[in-house]
Amino acid sequence: MIDRSWIGKSFPALTVDVEKGQLRFFAKAVGEDNPIYTDEDCAKAAGYRSLPAPPTFTFSLNLVTPDPFAKYTSMGIKLNRVLHGGQKFDYLAPICAGDTVTLESTVKDIYSKKNGALEFLEEETVVANQDGEIVARLLNTLVVRN
Amino acid sequence: MSELKFENIDVGDNLPALTKPAVSRTTLALFAGASNDHNPIHIDIDVAKAAGMDDVFAQGMLSMAYLGQLLTNWVAQDQIRSYGVRFGAITHLKDKVTCTGRVIDKFTEDGENRIRVSLQAANQDADVKLRGEAIIAF
Repeated sequence: MIDRSWIGKSFPALTVDVEKGQLRFFAKAVGEDNPIYTDEDCAKAAGYRSLPAPPTFTFSLNLVTPDPFAKYTSMGIKLNRVLHGGQKFDYLAPICAGDTVTLESTVKDIYSKKNGALEFLEEETVVANQDGEIVARLLNTLVVRN
Repeated sequence: MSELKFENIDVGDNLPALTKPAVSRTTLALFAGASNDHNPIHIDIDVAKAAGMDDVFAQGMLSMAYLGQLLTNWVAQDQIRSYGVRFGAITHLKDKVTCTGRVIDKFTEDGENRIRVSLQAANQDADVKLRGEAIIAF
């Protein structure tokens, strides 16, 4: 059982640079051939300041820390029992290369199903840019098989 | 980029499908590096076997990125207001993921014309791996 007192707790914020090289590597890894994701001139012609971060990239920014899963082990969760159950993004403004974003994650809920055989951890991450503008919200649902 | 107009979109319309190349070990290695998800269960067969799996398997976020491409191939990314999925089944090596979507609602919200699309990623045997939804503004 995950201690329910974690509900409402926040983890230390991460501040991360959004890098052109990493965005191009991501585009290559997913076979993205739309040039706005790799060619800055094309991105600017499409109205972006620089290469835009693709729709799921903020999830990757949240992993830019030496041990991104330590927060879960600190809650007593065994990582080999964890599945990624769901992921949602709300988009408020574009994130582009050259931005520096701060990601702050909070445990929104913990609940169980099947008499505790499955536990669910819902974590919300708020992403703000260098101007303090909130640009995205993530909701990550982890499933722990007890 | 988008020449689609709200008035020309109907509930029931299908998005142009997107089929990705079969998932290989190289796919998983590149995505691990590019996505910052260094969980070895996706790239190291020894770790996968120790966890009771037959082999390494795809990161869920790889398929979610593919489904995101279905959206950004159809509309400009800054039209997407939200995008979410449930991960239903593991995507395995050699799976060839096809992403599909369908318009399920048209409405006005926050002063914008918006549509809701249902999304699905399935392999070559029509085994559904992810289901999701997105809201797109016009």
